[in-house]
Amino acid sequence: MYPALLVDVTIFVLALWVGFEVISKVPATLHTPLMSAANSIHGIVLAGAMLIAVTANNAVGYVIAFIAAAFAAANVVGGYVVTGRMLKMFKRRPAVPPAGAAAPAVTAAANGSSQKGHNA
Amino acid sequence: MSTFDWVIQLIYVFSASCFVLGLHLMNNPASARRGNQVSTSGMIIAVAATLAIIIHGHLISGTGWAVMIAGALLGAGAGLYSARTVQMTAMPQLVSMFNAVGGGAAALVGVHDYMSAGARVSSTTTVTTLLDVIIGAVTFSGSLIAAGKLQGVINSAPVTFPGARIVNILLAAVALGLGAYLIASPSTVLLTVVIVAALAFGVSMVMPIGGADMPVVISLLNAFTGTAVAMAGFVIGNWALIIAGALVGASGGILTKLMADAMNRSIRNIIVGGFGTGDAVAAVAGPAGDVHAIAADDAAIQLAYASKVIIVPGYGLAAAQAQHEVAALADLLESRGIEVSYAIHPVAGRMPGHMNVLLAEANVPYPQLKEMDEINPEFARADVALVIGANDVTNPAARRPGTAISGMPILNVDQAKSIIVIKRSMGHGYAGIDNELYVDPKTSMYFADAKKALAEMTSAVKTLVA
Repeated sequence: MYPALLVDVTIFVLALWVGFEVISKVPATLHTPLMSAANSIHGIVLAGAMLIAVTANNAVGYVIAFIAAAFAAANVVGGYVVTGRMLKMFKRRPAVPPAGAAAPAVTAAANGSSQKGHNA
Repeated sequence: MSTFDWVIQLIYVFSASCFVLGLHLMNNPASARRGNQVSTSGMIIAVAATLAIIIHGHLISGTGWAVMIAGALLGAGAGLYSARTVQMTAMPQLVSMFNAVGGGAAALVGVHDYMSAGARVSSTTTVTTLLDVIIGAVTFSGSLIAAGKLQGVINSAPVTFPGARIVNILLAAVALGLGAYLIASPSTVLLTVVIVAALAFGVSMVMPIGGADMPVVISLLNAFTGTAVAMAGFVIGNWALIIAGALVGASGGILTKLMADAMNRSIRNIIVGGFGTGDAVAAVAGPAGDVHAIAADDAAIQLAYASKVIIVPGYGLAAAQAQHEVAALADLLESRGIEVSYAIHPVAGRMPGHMNVLLAEANVPYPQLKEMDEINPEFARADVALVIGANDVTNPAARRPGTAISGMPILNVDQAKSIIVIKRSMGHGYAGIDNELYVDPKTSMYFADAKKALAEMTSAVKTLVA
């Protein structure tokens, strides 16, 4: 009875468990990039959309192939680019640490006022 | 199976491994970027392998090539443009749109397969084809509505009418019932009816859900998209699609559960319930007891002479787009040697983890962003807890039984030595109950828009310490 389907179902179920296992370790801080990354991964449907173009042989088929390819390509390209853009913003410390940069300014301001005090 | 098929299958398995590894690397902000790169490589390899299949088979017509390449280029351009230009506050809409197109593409794979199969003998593949079409269509229309609500194009308040639930059940019954009938007797006309019913169900499922429940809805639709893609994998017999779809389904499922728990709602309750206040701040009478309102100068004194400040950003901060203002205030306080950290509730913002992205964009270093369980013990040591546009998640009433939010996980803001709340009015959060925190003698209320209030506080602190 349908051994190919059985293999597919097995792969699906095991992949679900792998997914639960891997994703439950992602910290809440990264949940938005995670969802966006998951989004780009389901862009793999592009492979399916491309295969439609192979078997399409009438106008309806070509329209479906066109829309599916456009949808899937938008999904996969947009997903990866925006995920990358978000992850780039997560920094341990900003390039110019605000604490270090601002501290001298405060000291300078304090010196300035004390000098003013002397002058007065 | 030819050698070529073997190689292609192994390449797909390799791609799927890249996806798993990519997700695994996202368990830490430091390695997450590499994770995205690994995942991207897997995707490029999978697409290349698919191209190899097409070329190897010599089956595709010239028109087929033209249609495929034109479609892919158009889509890629649109995706690239929106990904480059989107505002971080608009992230939930974009993710919703990607869910929509992903689900739509999966549904189309099923539709095409059904139509080109003709008189098919195997009914088991038809089951997965129809599931693919139905789930994909529901995801497509549902995600479009969710994106519209988030963007404000569609009323974000729950839109409902008498008998809405019956219409919902009816549509689901039509889609599933006719779908089952189609397995036995193929018909393109009836397939169209199934698609229309599934699309309508997607609309009627999301329309009654309010803006405040959006984090759950997006996560759920994400899980749907993954499932639809996995079904598309069953249809075309492609393991890469099955594995990728299952991974996304799992991710969406976990996030849905986390979000629902953090909001103290069951998933069924959100889908069937159709309440949630949306964006509007209801002007209702405040809780009994004295509310202590303060000005920027008073807040500045408390903040400037604290040694530990915990900032609690909520939905109101995201709505006012005040992430840069809060980061500026935090920088100023840090420059005075004050320890500043952010307490992020799981449902802060409009999608899971949204607040972290907004603050990361404002250059807040991620070690300062603390999850609920990590920060809760620290409130007792904080001199000031600065609550910005967060409501229900700070309400101590959640610890007592018998309230609308009983049992909901909250931030222990009330344990701080003093509390400043920035809020536009005494309006209720989405749970619709009074917040006991606001009448706590330790609490001062600063009534203003978050963006304006934070700018005022920052300049007041500057004046004070100058």
